[in-house]
Amino acid sequence: MTETLTDTVVPEYPMERSAACPFSPPPAELELTEVKPLSRVRIWDGSTPWLITGYETGRELFADSRVSVDDRKTGFPHWNEHMLSTVDKRPRSVFTSDAEEHTRFRRMLSKPFTFKRVEGLRSAIQKVTDECIDAVLAGPQPADLVTALALPVPTVVISEMLGVPYEDHEFFQETANAGLARYAAADAMQKGAMSLHQYLIDLVKQKQANPAEDAVSDLAERVTAGEISVKEAAQLGTGLLIAGHETTANMIGIGILALLENPEQADLLRNTDDPKVIANAVEELMRYLSIIQNGQRRIALDDIEIAGETIKAGEGIILDLAPENWDPAMFPQPDKLDLARENAGQQLGFGYGRHQCVGQQLARAEMQIVFHTLLRRIPTLKLAIPFDEVPFKHDRLAYGVYSLPCTW
Amino acid sequence: MKVTVDQGKCVSAGNCVANAPDVFDQDEDDGSVILLDPNPSPDRADNVRQAEAACPAHAIFVQD
Repeated sequence: MTETLTDTVVPEYPMERSAACPFSPPPAELELTEVKPLSRVRIWDGSTPWLITGYETGRELFADSRVSVDDRKTGFPHWNEHMLSTVDKRPRSVFTSDAEEHTRFRRMLSKPFTFKRVEGLRSAIQKVTDECIDAVLAGPQPADLVTALALPVPTVVISEMLGVPYEDHEFFQETANAGLARYAAADAMQKGAMSLHQYLIDLVKQKQANPAEDAVSDLAERVTAGEISVKEAAQLGTGLLIAGHETTANMIGIGILALLENPEQADLLRNTDDPKVIANAVEELMRYLSIIQNGQRRIALDDIEIAGETIKAGEGIILDLAPENWDPAMFPQPDKLDLARENAGQQLGFGYGRHQCVGQQLARAEMQIVFHTLLRRIPTLKLAIPFDEVPFKHDRLAYGVYSLPCTW
Repeated sequence: MKVTVDQGKCVSAGNCVANAPDVFDQDEDDGSVILLDPNPSPDRADNVRQAEAACPAHAIFVQD
């Protein structure tokens, strides 16, 4: 009954960012937060799930066991029709399972991402970063830092972690990044995804026969032990790959741009050797840019009373990281990039709750090394095109820039 | 200060080790939390509190 009354005022979601402030979350979302931390929005199928834009409410719901990621449930706010129509074809994964089933998947993936394993990778990440910057400095100007640095660093690192043989690196990088091109057609993306999945299936089988110290070998061992199928292993491996390099690549690209636009902040990062200062700077860049757009999708399993509203069992929930990270109640002057911000470590850019990013320690290490090394090694770096001509990825799940031509 | 952890809730994010490496470790195979020191000294209190706050699964409990 209240549904019909509010129908006319329920805003459409997703909302658009402003061209004038490309680092800002969509202004309409920030306006919602000024009124209340959660509001009804209308999505592609006409349903009206709850959109969470407030920090505290978002953090609570992320950690609430009555909030599910099970996308088979009626009322789940799917991203688009394709996701709804393929819901029964996709094997269950770490992204779509709750409670014990989720913990089982999650722990299969965690081995290569522990804090200490990632610390052990720092010298390798530094080496890849230095090689990319050597090539930039030796090459022509302007250089596109997306293709020369932001993409190759995480791609090489994740290839090595997964255990992709060196001779396949080129194929792997091309296939993995094919879908990231600006004008990639849907069928080309589909084809790229299929050949990547087939490649992972073959790789799992290969690692079953000849195991090594890498993530695909770990998954292959579980296939041999009968814990998971080859297809599930390939699905988990593909998930690691996609989540593990596209997101980091986008954060590096748009992070460099944010630093170039805030030269006094870039100076602060360039002139420090303190790992804590560098780490805090990366947390603040994560807060400021929150590149995962279109919201984390959930469904309520039970009635949930929160912030003066009742989310009823079976209603959809969309947790949008960008406005949550720009909630002034938590982060005063959220539109200001402040690399020394005291509570930057509380940012939600990796999500929160039991589905928080499994690769977050790796992403942090990569960003800490890349931003600091780049500012040190090319202190005169500047954008080679006017700021308003930078092509932003408004149309992708992960926000970022398609290219970043720079001179020095 | 007394620290306890819930192994069953842990999701292997590693934020406890990042914040208080003297008090927490992770299992090598599945990344789940290992409590190294259930009674950390007062000079580690701040780090332990940060680890508690950073745990996305609320699997760390601290009592004074």
